[in-house]
Amino acid sequence: MSEQPVIETIDLTKTYDGNTVVDRLNLRVEEGEIFGFLGPNGAGKTTTILMLLGLTEPASGIARICGYNSTREPLKVKRISGYVPEKVGFYEDLTTRYNLAYTARLNGLSEELVMKRVGEALDIVGLSERANDRVATLSRGMKQRLAIADVLVKTPKVAFLDEPTTGIDPKGINEMLDLIAMIAKERRMTVIMSSHQLHQVQRICSRVGMIAEGRMVFDGQLDQLEREALGGGRFKIEVQLVETTSVLVDCIKRIDGVVGVERSGELLLITCREDLRPQIAKAIVDNDGLLVSMKIQSYALEDIYMRYFK
Amino acid sequence: MKSSTVSGLLTVFQKELADFFTSWRFLILFLIVFAVGIVAIVIDAQYIRQEVFEAQFVFLKLFTTSGQAVPLFVWFIAFFVPIVGIMLGFDTINSERNSGTMSRLLSQPIYRDAVINGKFLAGVVTIAIMLTGLVLFVSGIGLRMIGIPPTAEEAVRLMSFLIVSVIYGAFWLGIAMLFSVFFRRVATSALASIAVWLFGGFLFLFPLLVQLEQERFVLAIMLVSPITLFWQVTTLLLDPTARTLGQMVQSGVRVPTSALSVGQSLLTVWPYLMSIIMLTVICFAISYIKFMRTEIRST
Repeated sequence: MSEQPVIETIDLTKTYDGNTVVDRLNLRVEEGEIFGFLGPNGAGKTTTILMLLGLTEPASGIARICGYNSTREPLKVKRISGYVPEKVGFYEDLTTRYNLAYTARLNGLSEELVMKRVGEALDIVGLSERANDRVATLSRGMKQRLAIADVLVKTPKVAFLDEPTTGIDPKGINEMLDLIAMIAKERRMTVIMSSHQLHQVQRICSRVGMIAEGRMVFDGQLDQLEREALGGGRFKIEVQLVETTSVLVDCIKRIDGVVGVERSGELLLITCREDLRPQIAKAIVDNDGLLVSMKIQSYALEDIYMRYFK
Repeated sequence: MKSSTVSGLLTVFQKELADFFTSWRFLILFLIVFAVGIVAIVIDAQYIRQEVFEAQFVFLKLFTTSGQAVPLFVWFIAFFVPIVGIMLGFDTINSERNSGTMSRLLSQPIYRDAVINGKFLAGVVTIAIMLTGLVLFVSGIGLRMIGIPPTAEEAVRLMSFLIVSVIYGAFWLGIAMLFSVFFRRVATSALASIAVWLFGGFLFLFPLLVQLEQERFVLAIMLVSPITLFWQVTTLLLDPTARTLGQMVQSGVRVPTSALSVGQSLLTVWPYLMSIIMLTVICFAISYIKFMRTEIRST
């Protein structure tokens, strides 16, 4: 064992009333990684997180966080890991500050440290001004940020964020994701973020695990996932021109590495073995073509599911 | 390890206690209980003035007499304390589940039982503070009205009455918490608790509703109800000349007899008191086991 991973599961399995929800899942996350945990609803993401936190007992297999067995030493695990549940809730009638202080006290911090940590956490998520307001008065996005602050208060080594972006507007989502990335970097915190939105994961995650029906179907870098899933390991480049000529199409086809060109109106869909955007651009310019846009196709997670579970 | 057990429990306890005392629910209960308590004691005191000049245990009469056979204050405690217990307990567990605070709470490094123990303790302490305040307040008013201070024995009896009332309140808190562990919806657990309370009241009033030949049978049914048990304990504690329901059944009528000493009263009361304590322990134990075993699931 070269280096101890922060999170490790070995053949982790969970069954509810005879249904296997998580099926021999093997997962390894190293320190400082932001791991995107992707999968459709009911794929077993939350159950895996609950088992890692020691909140649910696995049917078989082992879950470890920083070397502590989640099932046997749940208190040690809970001390070093923060958790934002999918439907996170706070005591609505109590103030923002009190809610966080309660978490801090439950972690056995001294009263001095409680106030210090709560102040810091509120600062980081930008809720200092709402510190003495009741949680009921906060917006949905603010509550999600408060949930992040709630994790920060314990200064954990690992944070589990279960769908942290549900129910907030696009601007809020981006702010939230940037906040998570910033915290993970500054505090050298390992983050596991579950989501079913590929583009959100894309934005901040260094590595992705995709789970479906309790099994890990993919584990690796994100761009790799896209290519493997749809292009069979190939890139797809979409080019829009003012006018498309067959001369131009032939020219592109001749570029080394291009596998095929599909033409539909003014759109060209080019399949190639590597990212050939510069070469394609050059070919277009050389043929006096007027380029409107060119982009590497990115796919919605749904497309990838389709690909994996046709 | 040990320190985290205690500190987790204490933190939950403090927070819950603070919650109870700052909630509207508690304030409303507090006002109602005090208002009714005062009315009861004032009426009782009127009767004392009129009737019992030469009696022993004058101060205790304040709590047990109201001219008729019905001691208003004890009636009031027997019927209102359950409401207090139910109001404090019916949503303790399921509301946290519904609002999503439970999984956050349980992901903190505390033992799981710290949550349910802390909540129960906080409820019991709230009831204790409320009832102590009430009894002291009402005693104060009574003292002004009749002008006779309680004797040492009366004070001891009053104290025991207070302790028994708190245990009785803890029982109803336990029932309410039991339902809040089992039912997901807050309304269901509230209604279930109130149903138990009404049923207990029905059993207590059983002899008034049906005329049955077999008094032993009636008695057995009555004693199933914690309200009857509490009634029995408190009347024996507060009225030294009272006899148990069993003795009354045997002798047929309630004949005035000589007063029992505090020790004898406590001895007579013991089995009934133990029944209340046992019921409380059973309720809490079932909620505890269920709470500890309930798995946290996604969705």
